[in-house]
Amino acid sequence: MLTSSSHVSNNGSYSNDRGAGFEAEFAVDPASGGFFHTDFKKHDDLKEMLDSNKDSLKLEAMKRIIGMVAKGRDASMLFPAVVKNVVSKNIEVKKLVYVYLERYAEEQQDLALLSISTFQRALKEPNQLIRAGALRVLSSIRVKMISPIVMLAIRDASSDMSPYVRKTAAHAIPKLYGLDNELKSELVTIIQKLLADKTVLVIGSAVMAFTEVCPERVDLIHQVYRKLCALLVDVDEWGQVTIVNMLTRYARMQFADPNLHEHGDDSDRPFYDSGSDSSEKPAPTLDPDHRLLLRSTRPLLQSRNAAVVMSVAQLYHHAAPKSESPLAAKAMVRLLRSHVEVQSVVLNAIASISAQNKGMFEPYLKSFFVRTSDPTNIKLLKLEILTNLTTDSNVSIILRELQTYISNSDKKFVAATIQAIGRCACSINEVTDSCLNGLVSLLSNRDEAVVAESVVVIKRLLQTQAADPKEIITHMARLLDSITVAQARAAILWLLGEHSQKVPHIAPDILRKLAKTFSDEHDIVKLQVMNLAVKLYITNSEQTSLLCQYIFNLARYDQNYDIRDKARLLKHFIPNQEGKITSQSARIFLASKPAPLLQSQFKDHEDLQLGSLSHYIKQRATGYEPLPPFPDHPPPNDVRNVEPIAAPEDAKLYKKSDKKGKDMFLWESSSSHGASSNNSSDSNDSSSSSDSSSEDSESQYEEESSSEESEKKSGSKSSSSSSSSEESSEEESEEEAPKANHEKANEKQSKKKPEAPKPKSNLDLLLDLSDVHSSIPVMTPSLGGFLTPTPTAVININPSSVEMIPALFTNTKPVELINKINGKGLSATYRFTRSPHILSPSMSNINIIFTNNTSDDITDIRVGKKHLGMDMAFHDFANIAKLTPNGCLPATLGIDFNDTTQPANFEIVCSLGNFSVCVKPTIGELVKPVKMDKSVFQEKQSKLGGMNEHVGNVKCANNIIDKIIESTNLGICDSTDSNNLKFAGQTLKSSNIVLVSISNQKIITVNCENMVFGSVLLNELLHNLKS
Amino acid sequence: MIHSLFIINSSGDVFLEKHWRSVISRSVCDYYLEAQRANPNDIAPVIATPHHYLISIQRGGVSFVAVCMEEIPPLFVIEFLHRVVDTFQDYFSDCTESIIKENYVVIYELLDEMLDNGFPLATESNILKELIKPPNILRTIANTVTGKTNVSEVLPTGQLSNIPWRRTGVKYTNNEAYFDVIEEVDAIIDKSGATVFAEIQGYIDCCIKLSGMPDLTLSFMNPRLFDDVSFHPCVRFKRWEAERVLSFIPPDGNFRLISYHISSQSVVAIPIYVRHNLSIKTGEQGRLDLTVGPKQTLGRTVEGVKIEVLMPKCILNCVLTANQGKYNFDPVSKILHWDIGRIDVTKLPNIRGSVSIASGSNTAEINPSINVHFTINQLAVSGLKVNRLDMYGEKYKPFKGVKYITKAGRFQIRM
Repeated sequence: MLTSSSHVSNNGSYSNDRGAGFEAEFAVDPASGGFFHTDFKKHDDLKEMLDSNKDSLKLEAMKRIIGMVAKGRDASMLFPAVVKNVVSKNIEVKKLVYVYLERYAEEQQDLALLSISTFQRALKEPNQLIRAGALRVLSSIRVKMISPIVMLAIRDASSDMSPYVRKTAAHAIPKLYGLDNELKSELVTIIQKLLADKTVLVIGSAVMAFTEVCPERVDLIHQVYRKLCALLVDVDEWGQVTIVNMLTRYARMQFADPNLHEHGDDSDRPFYDSGSDSSEKPAPTLDPDHRLLLRSTRPLLQSRNAAVVMSVAQLYHHAAPKSESPLAAKAMVRLLRSHVEVQSVVLNAIASISAQNKGMFEPYLKSFFVRTSDPTNIKLLKLEILTNLTTDSNVSIILRELQTYISNSDKKFVAATIQAIGRCACSINEVTDSCLNGLVSLLSNRDEAVVAESVVVIKRLLQTQAADPKEIITHMARLLDSITVAQARAAILWLLGEHSQKVPHIAPDILRKLAKTFSDEHDIVKLQVMNLAVKLYITNSEQTSLLCQYIFNLARYDQNYDIRDKARLLKHFIPNQEGKITSQSARIFLASKPAPLLQSQFKDHEDLQLGSLSHYIKQRATGYEPLPPFPDHPPPNDVRNVEPIAAPEDAKLYKKSDKKGKDMFLWESSSSHGASSNNSSDSNDSSSSSDSSSEDSESQYEEESSSEESEKKSGSKSSSSSSSSEESSEEESEEEAPKANHEKANEKQSKKKPEAPKPKSNLDLLLDLSDVHSSIPVMTPSLGGFLTPTPTAVININPSSVEMIPALFTNTKPVELINKINGKGLSATYRFTRSPHILSPSMSNINIIFTNNTSDDITDIRVGKKHLGMDMAFHDFANIAKLTPNGCLPATLGIDFNDTTQPANFEIVCSLGNFSVCVKPTIGELVKPVKMDKSVFQEKQSKLGGMNEHVGNVKCANNIIDKIIESTNLGICDSTDSNNLKFAGQTLKSSNIVLVSISNQKIITVNCENMVFGSVLLNELLHNLKS
Repeated sequence: MIHSLFIINSSGDVFLEKHWRSVISRSVCDYYLEAQRANPNDIAPVIATPHHYLISIQRGGVSFVAVCMEEIPPLFVIEFLHRVVDTFQDYFSDCTESIIKENYVVIYELLDEMLDNGFPLATESNILKELIKPPNILRTIANTVTGKTNVSEVLPTGQLSNIPWRRTGVKYTNNEAYFDVIEEVDAIIDKSGATVFAEIQGYIDCCIKLSGMPDLTLSFMNPRLFDDVSFHPCVRFKRWEAERVLSFIPPDGNFRLISYHISSQSVVAIPIYVRHNLSIKTGEQGRLDLTVGPKQTLGRTVEGVKIEVLMPKCILNCVLTANQGKYNFDPVSKILHWDIGRIDVTKLPNIRGSVSIASGSNTAEINPSINVHFTINQLAVSGLKVNRLDMYGEKYKPFKGVKYITKAGRFQIRM
């Protein structure tokens, strides 16, 4: 006691000067050793703080620990102290502990396992943020041992009600895949489910998971393709990038090459190499789906996010008809206004495109003019683009621009400019001479680097030109004395050698000079000196033979082996003996050499996907998959049709239901088909777009984006069908009217069904699944709702699923709510109807009956003040305007008891006054019945062992089933063996499975994840069975 | 996907690291630091190392280096990193080394929220602000007293709606909507004063404080001016395509509604000119004479004029006299700053004097350039005019305001 209080006081002082402490901690230079002295002690402090029972101290400690983590210091020794706090109630402490766990769990696997159960519990929390958070951390703990648990969590979360949790599930998939790639096939099914999701929040992440885990499973995309296109504009920016990139690949695999027919007449370049395919083929019209993709990505070019624009630009580059790719040009040029890093990447892409397709960026020529303030890499890229864009008409503008660049102070840039001039001269014949003159005039530049670069460029130019180079060569030979840049000297020597006949006097003299300085020359100069020597020897042997021998002797003892090698090779051409080789030497050395092609460096490198990392670094990055070529024969496009193949009798059925119901039903069944789904507008679209490809998608867009209502609807629609059947009843509340239609459709379906028993085929399986829905209690939106449970139909269920069933027993015995006397004449009774409440499945439906025992009208009966416990929710009944004397009226109340038996206290207000009332549920009313297969029951029961199991003894022989059903709203799973009865339910709020089994008519076992709930339920059951 | 993030200051210290997947040793930053040492102003945004790819941005003297292991669109990462910095600026009003260090807990929480396993999770400022409240003194005190935290316990409503940029339940006593139409003139002017290249880049920044869920429509007198536009996600694109009006449910607070571009094809009025004369003799002295004057300003005064002359390397110092404003010369970066302020048409600002040149330097080929900054209030140089703003969906009458500003963007004069 004493010590703990002293801790507190100690720690109290800590929190006072914490600000200073932080400063100090960050101020400590990691290099100085001073910090390490206090290290050990400091951690003791932290441990104490973490063990204290004050949240503020814990938070303080956690903040300091996160500081250590942030700075990259080792905080792993605090793991045991930190991990304890994972149960903290303080959300910020918890969050920081999560951050810490993600960082260190991998290193401390055993200790990390301690925290797992907390997350498992948190996964069942009603708060979606907590569920999502728990899943995030659980999946981020990279401990292979827990992968089955994570798998389970992901599967549950993927059918969660909250799209946010489903999104988190999508994120968790690649994490788990990275941890254990043997789970791939299971994960793929979950991805498939998530791809079918219709909430824009989820789709982006689902596609991300798809590309990370199973990009080769194109078949999963077929069914969602049109939906993805339609929803694309509403997906968040990052999702858009992922989706567009994925769809680019898809388009390359599934659609015919849109540029196929252009190959023949296109001079610029063939868009893709397909060699012999240019033979007569009819000009293909674009597949409607291909057109849809291009049309739905086009608005994204207007995105503020550069990554989105770029991804669309690359789609247009790689998969659009060539006539349409310029659409992206404007948007790409716009990106040049962005940050330097963005500019760099975009310019890189533009350089690549412009090397192949001049026309696209020519109108924006001036946007690529270089500013002095640009960093060098931007300057070089712009220069590259300018050169690529050179045409006859704009060459004068470009050359004038290039001229101003030469006087720049950035040497690298100047060198590149001179090369660019050389390239312009090469590509545009009209300006070759003036360029050459300009370059020669640069030879008298004072800057050596400029001169050297000019020499090299002139050399290349002279090689390509047939013009008389004598003057230039003479000029350059004179420069040899002053130029020291090796590259330039080598270039001059090479030129001299090539054109030695044209300058017969100068060349031998130069050779003489170089013989003197040979040993001091740079290696490449030495090599060229030898070349020159040999060439001169061949043409002019009497003047140069001695010089040659001298040079080769020097070369023979050179330090560089290349030079020694070359000397050894060339020496054979020197001696005067008439060998076979020497006779051929003129042909060997003086052959006319092909001129080098001056072209963009972006031209030859591999055709990497635009805007990809690989494209930027000009080599294949890890994980880069080249874009597949367009198929010669595109696969049939009906794989993307989403209408299910319905049997004729079903078709009749659809006709009966109204349009909305029909769409939903179609949709429903297509999803349960195992394939993915499409929304109603989509399925409309899919049918219409096949005949009119250019149909405006305006209406569709409006429907998708502008009305929040429709979105919500689609969200709930998606989850209701994509989730397993247990979820679907929970969706009930989210929207009522369309759902009611849906129910009608289902009702019809279920009525129809038993009349036509048929042998089971795949098709019927599809119908069976929709039968599952029919077992959901039908909601009528009127007051009072659903009062009498329907007898359970014998349903052939999917063996592995847990299925909601209506209550088996309806309590008809009302409990008094307001006494006639206390209520001054107003009396009220209530009973639990055991049917789901309209608003939320976690609410208990309570039916209240008001009776007027007075002789006057009672008016305006409504709910007044409420005193609710933690996390309880309350839905008022509709106000009763008037209750006539001796009349009685029902009202329906929804209370979410948060899985506890604490009473809900509230006031009922009416014209007679306020009456405080209290509704107290028995534990048995807080569950909803479910049905599951015996094997599933056993499996679940075995999972809920240990602390989650409660066992008791009871003596009761007769009608045990009725008694249990009466007291607790459970479903019967197995009543065949009276010695082994099984009941199952689910808690209302957190949907925890509740299993009750009675063996040998006396041992009663309750298994429930929520331990408190389980034990209370057991006591309740024991009490009821005894009485 | 992004594996790790390192934040590095200008002197090359890694002062914050965050890992979203397995820990990557900070030694991977050596490749980056090497590039930083070689040329701090010209670091390639993507650096390939044997096992990792470093994608980096520099802002405010701080470098953000993201480490990736696999193929990923580089712009994805770059754009995300900029969004991170934008968020920090939004939270702490600036993003410098000391601010990051002071707020490392919030920074860490933010980073954790923004990326999940290396894939962006929540980047919308409105959502983040609900999840993690920005620190301010009042709240800090309140939290110490009440024991509450800055971290939200419930999911922000925006996250689930299809307008994630707006939070629900916004309430203001004064409902206001302000629009700043800002236009920047980008230009390159050559030696003789002729315009080589000029275009206008504009944007509309909004400060919207409206209660409830207002649905706004902004229309222009002359929407045909726009050559190219990019929108905040809230703008309904189809509406724009069809009617050329901006229809949107705005985010709460400050945001950029639209960026637009007025093409270089149309004639751009250049509002300012600089007469310059730099004569350098081969000796050790040279003369510099600059005069600034207004050109086409449509009757407005040009304000906030600043001139930056990037002097050639050979110049050692400048001794100048300005008839207006102050000047200073940085001998290290060789930049001459001249802060002029407002241009008085009757007496044009002028600066003249001598420059000293390093002896023996090569002075023949130099071309200094001048960067010009200015602002002109109440003028959109393109002539763009907002026609009207309508609000639907809410009953109250908001206070509306539109302000026009013209600024120099990348305005460069070659000498």
